[in-house]
Amino acid sequence: MSRLGTITRRTLLVGAVAVVGGAAFGIYQVRKPVENPLAPDQGATLNPYVIIDQSGITIIAPRAEMGQGVHTTLAALVAEELDVDFAGIRVEHGPPSAAYYNGALMHGALPVADYAMKAWQHTVVGGLAAVSKLLGLQVTGGSTSTVDAYEKMRYAGAGAREALKAVAADRLGVDRSALRTEDGFVIAPDDTRIAYADLAEDAAARPVPDVDLRPQSDWKLLGRALPRSDMRAKITGQAQYATDIQLPGMKFATVRICPHLGGGMAGFDPAPALAMPGVEQVFDMGNGVAVVARNTWAAMEGAKAVDVTWTDSPLPADMDGMFAAIEAAFDAEPNSTLRDDGDVSALPDGAISAEYRVPFLAHSTMEPQGATAWLQDGHLTIWAGNQAPRLCVQKAAETSGLNEDAITLHTTFMGGGFGRRAETDAVAQVARIAAAMPGTPIRLTWSREEDMRHDFYRPAAMARMQGAVTGGRISHFNAAIAAPSVTHAAMTRIMGRAPGGSDKGHVEGAFDQPYAIPNYRVAGHLAELDVPIGFWRSVGASFNGFFHESFIDELAHAAGADPLAFRLAHVAPESAVAAGVLTRVREMSGWDTALPEGRARGVAMTWSFGTPTAVVIELARDGDRIRMDRAFMACDPGLALDPGIIRAQMESGLIYGLSAAVLGEITFTDGRADQANFPDYDALRMVNVPRIEVAILQDNPHMGGVGEPGTPPSMPALANALFALTGTRARSLPLRTMADFGVS
Amino acid sequence: MSITLTVNETDYQTDAAPDTPLLWVLRDELGLTGTKFGCGIAACGACTVHVDGQAVRSCQVRLGDLWGPVTTIEGLGGQTPLQAAWERHQVAQCGYCQSGQIMQAADLLSNNPAPTDEDIDAAMGGNLCRCGTYTAIRAAIHDAAKMGGAQ
Repeated sequence: MSRLGTITRRTLLVGAVAVVGGAAFGIYQVRKPVENPLAPDQGATLNPYVIIDQSGITIIAPRAEMGQGVHTTLAALVAEELDVDFAGIRVEHGPPSAAYYNGALMHGALPVADYAMKAWQHTVVGGLAAVSKLLGLQVTGGSTSTVDAYEKMRYAGAGAREALKAVAADRLGVDRSALRTEDGFVIAPDDTRIAYADLAEDAAARPVPDVDLRPQSDWKLLGRALPRSDMRAKITGQAQYATDIQLPGMKFATVRICPHLGGGMAGFDPAPALAMPGVEQVFDMGNGVAVVARNTWAAMEGAKAVDVTWTDSPLPADMDGMFAAIEAAFDAEPNSTLRDDGDVSALPDGAISAEYRVPFLAHSTMEPQGATAWLQDGHLTIWAGNQAPRLCVQKAAETSGLNEDAITLHTTFMGGGFGRRAETDAVAQVARIAAAMPGTPIRLTWSREEDMRHDFYRPAAMARMQGAVTGGRISHFNAAIAAPSVTHAAMTRIMGRAPGGSDKGHVEGAFDQPYAIPNYRVAGHLAELDVPIGFWRSVGASFNGFFHESFIDELAHAAGADPLAFRLAHVAPESAVAAGVLTRVREMSGWDTALPEGRARGVAMTWSFGTPTAVVIELARDGDRIRMDRAFMACDPGLALDPGIIRAQMESGLIYGLSAAVLGEITFTDGRADQANFPDYDALRMVNVPRIEVAILQDNPHMGGVGEPGTPPSMPALANALFALTGTRARSLPLRTMADFGVS
Repeated sequence: MSITLTVNETDYQTDAAPDTPLLWVLRDELGLTGTKFGCGIAACGACTVHVDGQAVRSCQVRLGDLWGPVTTIEGLGGQTPLQAAWERHQVAQCGYCQSGQIMQAADLLSNNPAPTDEDIDAAMGGNLCRCGTYTAIRAAIHDAAKMGGAQ
């Protein structure tokens, strides 16, 4: 049973409150969120991150657990200061609340390359946390969770600890400083032990003492690979995802929405579905239908049977048309030139140029989209795996016709996120269905086909690159990047309009790379193409990393230079941190040792989400096939809070990227995705995945993310290795059309 | 019409249609949600359970065709050497595919108590993981084999 069962929005904002027989702490003294941003110094609003009751300690994680291990690391931040048995704590998702704003989301807001930010600019982005607070941006994304939580969740733990000690000090008649804490107890000088649970309610009712954070040298949990708080549940089938919720009298739903994206429904006949065993209801969803049945299979069979007349998609009829729309963007003025150093207009003799293109990609989470909802007595309760709880409530209110106050959202575990669960479509659907069936709990599960055909895709993109080498060094680098804008698409969905100004996300992974090049320009061109697109693990860097690092490789080849030494020569003057990851993969991979015939290596490095990451891929010929034999990764996220989880995220990001590089391609005919299930859009299997070694460096003075930075360099590292092996330069993805990787 | 099936050594009766896939009988009719839906066409392995001791994709087994007792992830009990190895190697990330991975690995070890890397890759090839936990899975299977196999 959730510890959060009876927390209401009001009590959350009030602060320290009794909860389910226990006490919720917040203790980190922050200025009052949202209601009164202009009178910030009045009073202390307490953020509830800790609940203590007789059954134990619950830590409330303000971010979504999608597999990236954030529950474990955020809980460790609190536990490091609170002195509790880490193995015994529970971790739960926080409810929708502005109090859980993500202050680090704005770290990417300045139009400046992360690696080149000066101290004062870091101060400015720190101040931008106030913008996130003002907007109540409770969002998991951008590899920001630990950066955001690093101080505030340790303060939550420290404040709770000192409040508990203060109550114990009063009871025992001793000074608070004479007390110590250990494993959930306050311990007096005479070894009297008082359980936190016996102090919690009194502690929650009093002001929070001023606290100092412990120095890193005293840490017992942070900096170590901890056992994940969610591991046991996930290996015993007990972890609950949104499509696992069980409620009395529940019915099971699925949807079938117009597959011709942007098209609609001219009419439908539910009779064939209603005649099928187990099918109970068919609803008009506007641009498709929902079918409710006694089980999910009956609902899916019913959905197939509904006789629907679709209307056409306004999108170009084929991929040539789509790429023509993207290419047309090159002819318009660029939206941004966030890198524009020197003069790239006069290229010297011997300059080279190349055009690259990459396809649309699906997120393809293991758990198809879904959610559960129940309307009882005018109140809607929703269970959803999601990266943006407050947005989910807003969208559910719109489709159910209820006020936001009448909606409770529980965030569940997610069967993969990768950006897909920043969207609210399944939540909006289940709210609409549940509102139409008062009193009946509804569990909505999409088919795989529906999931693949109604994604918010990683956009297709093109790049036109020009460059020149003078005296063995890059003298000119001129990149133009064209794609529909993820920022514009997502913000239009969320806010109803696209923001103005330079779209930084569009050129991330290209304009912000630490290369010393005198004439260096990156222009972003926004294409007009209304395919639904969204945040896909590493976003713009997922294509820009490929463009930038492939072309750097072409320039190295033009210079007749070793690709890794060539990179280092350009990177070292610009960033010692980035040079560090390149140097490390050089050592790990034995780069300077020649390989036998039939083997070759490729390298790439991308600085994204605050973390430079270098990858070397070693390929081996295996008969007619090419095998990804080994991969070497070095990243520098600065302070490494949990090296086990960081290593897992690096491997995960690499495999996600390699899967896309080898296999990933969504194409459209008449606006309908040609791929519908895994046989059409597969990912790497165990047998295809290289042996992976990961090195974590900690020389970066600013903490970076780890969920995404492994993905961008994986794709060019593979393509560059393929060039080294075969002499053929891959200027488009996926690579399965160029080489047999034994994947199908 | 009612059909009786045995799951995790318990007998259940259901009046679901006989052509209902076992996956959905388990998840929606019996409330055993540890077994996951991924694709519905035996292409991802998330729904893997044991029927009569052998790993099968439960999305492809019709209720009316069931030929033996069913074991799901809930039926393993949580204390098997395999699950202990999964915990030691901290395998799961999002965790959604892991029930199927573990059930498939259990089948492998019951037939081959000391598998090689190649044996593991071959046996686990039908089980997709989008988080990319393959390296940890392979290591955990070797570890479990050393510690005494599937049971």
